[in-house]
Amino acid sequence: MLRLVQIEFQKLWLNKVSLVLIFISFILPFTVLILSSIKINFFGFFTLELGELGIFNFPIIWHITTFFASYFKFFFAIVVVSMIGNEYSNKTLKQNLIDGLSKKEFVLSKFYTIVFFSLCATLLIGVATFVIGMYYSSYTEATIIFREVEFLLAYFVKLVGFFSLCLFFGMLLKRSAFALAFLVILYIFEWIVFWVSVYIFGTVDAAFKVKSFMPLESMYNLINQPIQRIVMTKFPEKADIMYDYGVHWYEIAIVLGWTAIFIFLSYRLLKKRDL
Amino acid sequence: MEPILTINNLTKKFGYLTAVKNLSFSIQKGNVYGILGPNGSGKSTTLGIVLNVVNKTKGDFHWFDGNVSTHDALKRVGAIIERPNFYPYMSAEQNLKLVCRIKGVSESKIDEKLAVVGLLDRKDHKFRTYSLGMKQRLAIASALLNDPEILILDEPTNGLDPQGIHQIRQIIKDIAAKGTTILLASHLLDEVEKVCSHVVVLRKGEKLYSGRVDEMINSYGFFELKTENDLALLEALKAHTNIGNVKVEGDLITAFLNGPMSASDFNKLMFEKGIFLSHLVKRKESLEEQFLQLTDNLN
Repeated sequence: MLRLVQIEFQKLWLNKVSLVLIFISFILPFTVLILSSIKINFFGFFTLELGELGIFNFPIIWHITTFFASYFKFFFAIVVVSMIGNEYSNKTLKQNLIDGLSKKEFVLSKFYTIVFFSLCATLLIGVATFVIGMYYSSYTEATIIFREVEFLLAYFVKLVGFFSLCLFFGMLLKRSAFALAFLVILYIFEWIVFWVSVYIFGTVDAAFKVKSFMPLESMYNLINQPIQRIVMTKFPEKADIMYDYGVHWYEIAIVLGWTAIFIFLSYRLLKKRDL
Repeated sequence: MEPILTINNLTKKFGYLTAVKNLSFSIQKGNVYGILGPNGSGKSTTLGIVLNVVNKTKGDFHWFDGNVSTHDALKRVGAIIERPNFYPYMSAEQNLKLVCRIKGVSESKIDEKLAVVGLLDRKDHKFRTYSLGMKQRLAIASALLNDPEILILDEPTNGLDPQGIHQIRQIIKDIAAKGTTILLASHLLDEVEKVCSHVVVLRKGEKLYSGRVDEMINSYGFFELKTENDLALLEALKAHTNIGNVKVEGDLITAFLNGPMSASDFNKLMFEKGIFLSHLVKRKESLEEQFLQLTDNLN
């Protein structure tokens, strides 16, 4: 396993473009996080301090940081599709196999890298959230701090699932640009499934249930949008804006299921293909 | 004899096209093999199958004694196919380090192998700055990293300039001289003739011949003759039992043998008959002539 990770790391590390993208995907969420946590004075007109909204309070901060940080996954998604696309366009995939890497090892080396990256991203976000939370949060009791820490797990699963999807598209289409375009197509396709379900089942709720089994929607559902929750904390008496924002085991199970399917299909595709 | 590669009834179909048809041959340790055939005869497909990048349709093959998986066997094999494939943004040395990691061998041999192909002074340059000849030599260095038991080369001189071709051939000869088994696929007959001891001839995915190069056609060779008195010579040739076909091209007469006879015996015989030869050469068919004869026979 270490050997496979080393192989993939050398390929990524020496490629300037992927190196830059990896750094961006790590550094950008931090910059945003830190910038949003400091008091910004708009030329004396007014001061913006997001901390005052209570969004840096434990435990809601876990929810907010993981939700917004997950948008930066697209940078590493580009790295994932290009690390497959480049292997095809340079024909190095063929050479790797001839040199004695099995097709299984090839897919695993990519998958391990994805898991490793997701783990690093999760740990970093976890540490940063913890530090900022300790600084701003009104509550610093251990039971409150570590309540809802499952958002970190959800964040990790979400990243692994999304990058596995990118890996599969990269494998399927062999070209980075096509693979990224397919993500958009899948997004549209999921909405089509939604509207078809509305037509079949008659209710929006049922249609959302169907859609929640689709790859992109299931990943999104892991960490629901926190805006409504912030509003909820401001107006606790309004019952009609209540919603279920928790991380549920079945949401994680669906995404893990898709991850397994994508990795397996990538392997099957490579195994069947004549290079 | 120690078998390196055994292929049994291998077949590969691409849709309706059969690229390799029921192919069987085996490769023994220590020989230099050539796979010969025109473009599209299934050479690269066959190599692709045994190298695990093309899926076979039928038949089977096994490496060495048959007890190792193809995946493990490939770590004992060095192969380059068609074009040299490396990461353009890495230097030669970094590319070779990656190959070492894949093959699971130590990185200590990188400099040694780069020296063999004469690229040691360019090892820190990026792969994309290399000329085609240099890329091909780097590919050979890469294939040698694990001191392979067999070196597989697919059209190694394709697209190179004469100097590059010469360099590659010299490197192949040096490697062969050290006792490494080599399998060379080529459509260039003189290349195979110069380097190989054994040959497998393919045409449209079918095996026409496999065996030693010098036994490819049972032939006693032919005489090239010139004389003042053509008529007398032709008559004498017709009368001789060991002479088969006779061909006349201008003043050059070619007489094909169908039995053994040395040039001096023939000269003596003609002298006794009062025919004086101004030109007498005994030759064997070149591989090219043999190859054309072999492929023509089936047309």
